[in-house]
Amino acid sequence: MNTPEPFAGDTRHTPVRHHILSVLVENKAGVLARIAGLFARRGFNIYSLAVAPSESHARFSRVTIVVDAESAPLEQIMGQLDKLVNVVDITDLAPRDAVERELLLATITTNVANRTPLLDTLGNAGAAIVDVDPGAVTVMLAGTPAACDELERALEDFSEVELHRTGRVALPRLGQAAQD
Amino acid sequence: MQLTGAEALIKSLEQQGVETIFGLPGGAILPVYDPLLDSSIRHILVRHEQGAGHMAEGYALATGRPGVAMVTSGPGATNIVTPIGNAHMDSTPLVVITGQVATSSIGTDAFQECDITGITMGITKHNFLVQTAQELPRAVAAAFHLATTGRPGPVLIDVPKDVSQSMMDWWYPSTVDEYDLPGYRPDVELDEHAIARAIALIADAERPVLYVGGGTLKSHAAKELLAFAERTRMPVVTTLMARGAFPDSHPQHLGMPGMHGVYAAVTAIQRSDLLISLGARFDDRVTGKVSAFAPEAKVIHVDIDRAEFNKIRAADVSVQSNVVAALRALDAGDATPKNLDAWWREIRSWQEQYPLVYDAPVPDGPLRPQHVIEAIGRQADAGTIVAAGVGQHQMWAAQHWKFEEPGTWINSGGAGTMGFGVPAAIGAKVGRPERTVWCIDGDGCFQMTAQELVTARSEGIPIKVAILNNAYLGMVRQWQEMFYDERYSEVYLSSDLPDYVKWAEAMGCVGLRATNLKEMNDVIDEANKINDVPVVIDFRTDTSEKVFPMVASGSSNDDIIVHPSQRGAR
Repeated sequence: MNTPEPFAGDTRHTPVRHHILSVLVENKAGVLARIAGLFARRGFNIYSLAVAPSESHARFSRVTIVVDAESAPLEQIMGQLDKLVNVVDITDLAPRDAVERELLLATITTNVANRTPLLDTLGNAGAAIVDVDPGAVTVMLAGTPAACDELERALEDFSEVELHRTGRVALPRLGQAAQD
Repeated sequence: MQLTGAEALIKSLEQQGVETIFGLPGGAILPVYDPLLDSSIRHILVRHEQGAGHMAEGYALATGRPGVAMVTSGPGATNIVTPIGNAHMDSTPLVVITGQVATSSIGTDAFQECDITGITMGITKHNFLVQTAQELPRAVAAAFHLATTGRPGPVLIDVPKDVSQSMMDWWYPSTVDEYDLPGYRPDVELDEHAIARAIALIADAERPVLYVGGGTLKSHAAKELLAFAERTRMPVVTTLMARGAFPDSHPQHLGMPGMHGVYAAVTAIQRSDLLISLGARFDDRVTGKVSAFAPEAKVIHVDIDRAEFNKIRAADVSVQSNVVAALRALDAGDATPKNLDAWWREIRSWQEQYPLVYDAPVPDGPLRPQHVIEAIGRQADAGTIVAAGVGQHQMWAAQHWKFEEPGTWINSGGAGTMGFGVPAAIGAKVGRPERTVWCIDGDGCFQMTAQELVTARSEGIPIKVAILNNAYLGMVRQWQEMFYDERYSEVYLSSDLPDYVKWAEAMGCVGLRATNLKEMNDVIDEANKINDVPVVIDFRTDTSEKVFPMVASGSSNDDIIVHPSQRGAR
């Protein structure tokens, strides 16, 4: 998977023309490798990928893949993905039709000088402190990808030790039929 | 009934109607070879696992039934990777069974361990690593279902040694529902709207071409194609993978398109206003430079695999269907183009001006390879099956052999696997023992897999092999001559080393040689009289002979290079 230049703007972690594929797969060994291998050998770009058990835990998992519809036509990506025997169902969610959420965790070194502005920043973003020691805090935000982008940018003013994002998960917006 | 996993595996193959397995045993697959002794299934012991895979492919291409190969773990499995990749490129139904180290040893770098399901993930339609003996029947049934339905392809079943040694309660899935393939839905419903739009496009067409690909053979649509073509009077081209899908003797057949296609076939596509693709995939060997390919044509793309639509060339109408169902629907809708007289006059003029030609044979030799192929063809029984390796000889065989029926042309298309010919011919002969099987081979290809003639002799599989021996890796030589200023780099093989006649004899075959026209006719006669052992003929052919017409790699099909004798006329 190629890592393209981040896109400057509100959605710098997503391509201009991204699509969210919500892929129901059989919960079998090697399924993730099959998906990753397909994207690699066909030259399709993945921006993020999240895997978790689905509503029917034992049998199926749900993989949420944010794809770059510039790297290859969506029709190609979905057609090839659909040929994987372990892929049961693919739902293409255009961003406007989806509720997207992502989790961000960051550890920031703290000192007397930065504590107040840091707390302000976290407060504005709606982020929570989830771990503390005398010289650092770990903060968490669960929100839209744009909110996570915004917090990530704001945290650049501080001394960041580490920052992780999960990649998004998504479900169709209620009242909208998901496009198949 | 309690069975070992090994017994269950063999019994499952019997349930699938398997008659022949091509294989070679080894440590991890050893348990499975024991119950094989008591089975009705014929096992053909190959000399190299690559041979087993290509034989299974030849068997499948000649019979339309899935080919089955069985090998051990590690190097046995990696040796069959090339045939699996080849079958994947050509959508050939194959079931490959590999032994694997015991489940407790997987991941420990055990002796002869390799991650064959990982290695073949991208070149199989699907693969299984079976975890318990109880699951074996389901894996076998599912593998055959996957290999033979939808777009066919190779499926691999990896069987750890402890799985084949442990006990299970015999069962066999009786319905597709029991295969546990919730994500696999090969049956597609024909889109009536797409058919209607296709019929409308056909009704407007003045210069249509039926672009027939391998999917037409895979879906057994030759009869429907003939009826449709004759009713609509449309010209037909058959790709390398579709030779035999439409009779070469038919006046509407223009021949093969593509890099070494017939001028009229290539040019008719270029000038067409409607291209009806039937199970073809716009391969680069057919399209040449894609942006210059059939620039004025609207495209109706019929394919069972929707991922083929708009992959290379945008289609005006995509019809997801097997070719048979699509042709029937088009026929039922009475799809008819406009009057094609003017179009046919144009096509006939190209055919007259630029037929397939080669320089006249020289009595004392060296032989013209095209002439050798035609001479063999003239004396061959109707329905003779021809297999080929990959290179110049393959292109000449595709051009100069007259294919009249499906399943008579066995070749490696998408992958271009040298060495395919001899084992594929053996597999074809096993599948269709009543047919004469010729392998048209090159000297380079022959040296890659010739040891399987030992298999052929010992198993009583009397194929005939014509080596067009020009002492070179001929196609590479042709490119170096034409595009690299005649700087020949690592292409010379020598016509005398090895001595092909002695080599054939050492393998228990009849070895013959022909250096001039008289000998050519004599050895073909002699070979045709031998029906009990394999025959190998060393035909000494002209080194400088090149395949024409030719569209240089990456060029437009408009820039087709015809035979030197036709160039003044352009």
